[in-house]
Amino acid sequence: MTTVSSYQEPEAQGAERRPDDVMADDVIRVMAPDGTVIDDIGIDDETAVALYQAMLRTRIVDDRAVTLQRQGRIGFHIGSLGEEASIIGSAFALRDQDWIFPCYREFGAALLRGLSMQTYMDNLYGNANDIVKGRQMPDHWCDREHRIASVSSPIGTQITNAVGFAWAAALKNDPLAVLVYFGDGATSSNEFHNGLNFAGVNATPTVFLCRNNGWAISVPTDKQTASESFAAKGVAYGVPAVRVDGNDVFAVLKVTRDALTRASAGEGPTLIEAITYRLSGHSTSDDPTRYRPEGEAEAWEQRDPLLRMRRYLAERVNWGDAEQASAEQAIHHEVKAAIEVSENTPKPALETLFEGVYAEMPWHLREQQAELLAGTRAPGHGE
Amino acid sequence: MPEMNMVQAINDALRFEMQQDDRVVVLGEDVGKVGGVFRVTAGLFDEFGADRVIDTPLSEGGIIGTAVGMALYGLRPIPEIQFSDFIFPAYDQIVSEVAKYRYRSGGEFPCNMVIRTPVGGGIRGGHYHSQSPEAQFIHVAGLKVVCPSTAADAKGLLLASIRDPDPVLFFEPKRVYRAAKGEVPEGDYTVELGKANVIREGKSLTVISYGAMLYEAMDAAEKAAEHGIECEVIDLRTLWPLDIDTIIASVKKTGRVVIVHEAPRSCGLGGELVSLINEKAFLHLEAPPRRVTGFDTPFPYTLEMEYLPLSHRILPALTETANY
Ligand SMILES: Cc1ncc(C[n+]2csc(CCOP(=O)(O)OP(=O)(O)O)c2C)c(N)n1
Ligand SMILES: [Mg+2]
Repeated sequence: MTTVSSYQEPEAQGAERRPDDVMADDVIRVMAPDGTVIDDIGIDDETAVALYQAMLRTRIVDDRAVTLQRQGRIGFHIGSLGEEASIIGSAFALRDQDWIFPCYREFGAALLRGLSMQTYMDNLYGNANDIVKGRQMPDHWCDREHRIASVSSPIGTQITNAVGFAWAAALKNDPLAVLVYFGDGATSSNEFHNGLNFAGVNATPTVFLCRNNGWAISVPTDKQTASESFAAKGVAYGVPAVRVDGNDVFAVLKVTRDALTRASAGEGPTLIEAITYRLSGHSTSDDPTRYRPEGEAEAWEQRDPLLRMRRYLAERVNWGDAEQASAEQAIHHEVKAAIEVSENTPKPALETLFEGVYAEMPWHLREQQAELLAGTRAPGHGE
Repeated sequence: MPEMNMVQAINDALRFEMQQDDRVVVLGEDVGKVGGVFRVTAGLFDEFGADRVIDTPLSEGGIIGTAVGMALYGLRPIPEIQFSDFIFPAYDQIVSEVAKYRYRSGGEFPCNMVIRTPVGGGIRGGHYHSQSPEAQFIHVAGLKVVCPSTAADAKGLLLASIRDPDPVLFFEPKRVYRAAKGEVPEGDYTVELGKANVIREGKSLTVISYGAMLYEAMDAAEKAAEHGIECEVIDLRTLWPLDIDTIIASVKKTGRVVIVHEAPRSCGLGGELVSLINEKAFLHLEAPPRRVTGFDTPFPYTLEMEYLPLSHRILPALTETANY
């Protein structure tokens, strides 16, 4: 584990630069990796603590979810270890009326916006109280109440959905913007190009947030594109693009705010490339040691976005070990209570399998529902 | 009642609903200024403006993908896919997003829209302007699939589809776009989804068809009547979910059934109909159910009339099934 004090500045890659060169000149940074402020954007201490707490909450939940999966208590988890600043910084910038179209790593953004820990945990368990009724894998939730659309697995599809949603809002003259998350791998998908093109042509109030975390499962960014950055792809679509240090929560907050200002002024979409790093495997099903160059993750641990914030807070608000311990304890408490409830909640009722395919159940699904209910139960599903 | 062809009837339905409901927007390639390559959206751009009749970039995935967002926002998008042959770039969006959004969000996000698209051959369109891919959408849980054969049904089914809470694939049989002419009720007029139409009563044999082939089936049925075979002809109108009661009641009455569609035979809707009839009316059957369909080949250009299950191919199936 990297300590709060140890830090070595990485060198810019210069001519060898790859899309994940976080030290390149055009990468916007507000807070240096050692926690010192380069560019004071006027973030008060209360906000700084709130940002840190949200990142810490995300990380602790992540950690617990991985353990639950390893213990066989949930089936799967896909998390955001190392990417918390990109996710929390951008979601924090949103105004109440704005919407999020998530990828699959942004549960932290949902918790920040008000999704309850219990609701999230019920989704991990896929139980009767799961907001999506156990119909999808863990981490595929939705949250209409807090203006977040539904997570689906196919890479990239949410990008055009977000553009259409923002476009509809603009057609209705409703003053809102849509933040859509996706990964570096998704920039190769059909819908990335469709989305940027439709957004550019129609000047939709969309903020595209590409979490460049270095990897698409086992495929590194230089196998994903020959462009020198993912932001460069905005040029072809007439969509202004910025690169930001994705482990600098202040910088992510700032560029997202700027993008929202542009969107609100009718100036259209912005593409943000947040350069960060996936410190975990792709998901609990993945073993990154099989493809990750030795030392790479360790180097990025030095740039851990939470450590950076702790260094900052230590200087600014005397955030020491005691504050840290009590914050951690409160979150652990919250998570533990939610797990207990989720674990003791039954599975979704059998008949719900057929509900909601259509607004009203057609005859063929009624027949199939009756057939299943009258039949014998699958092994392990006995009454 | 005014007489209209199917193009005019669909245009009338779109205009009516756009006047009634400002949530309705039309989007697609060439649907705006020029009014669509088949003129189905003619005049709508001038009446409703570029914000509601939207010329999009040339990308079917983009059209359906953004329509999903619009639907989630609460608009009533009616995307047009210029030919159903070009719907495949959007297949991902239709299968992964449109069809699943309601279910996978636990009912939080309905995603209803009407995807309009011309379907079928017999217009010298070759492989890529002639196909009938309806079964590929019927197989996807969460979609409703409609295919009218008359102008009045086209209007009534389209208005019902726009108001339906579920996403609808609305296949327009382009071979009869102009030939399917008839009286069409003015103003508000809906035809309930999921209801077939018995367009000819008879007790010898049930003929099930839809879209452009319905006319071929009717022609064959009239010729069969000259030989004393009285066909009961059912126009499905809604292909999914099927009007199973009407189908089974007719088959129980006649004991014999011929299904006609121009889509390829294998794994087509005809195969599903035969299974359902076997499951629900086996003991009433007097003859094996028969399919008269397009072949399992790509849709041909020069020989397209040989590919289509026209009246001359249907008639022998009717007489053989009746005399089995
Ligand atoms: C269309 C599609 N193809 C393949 C997959 C399998 N898959 C899941 S995640 C993933 C990599 C995505 O990488 P990236 O976009 O960088 O996002 P990240 O996981 O790094 O956040 C792949 C290939 C998928 N879900 N969808
Ligand atoms: Mg990635």
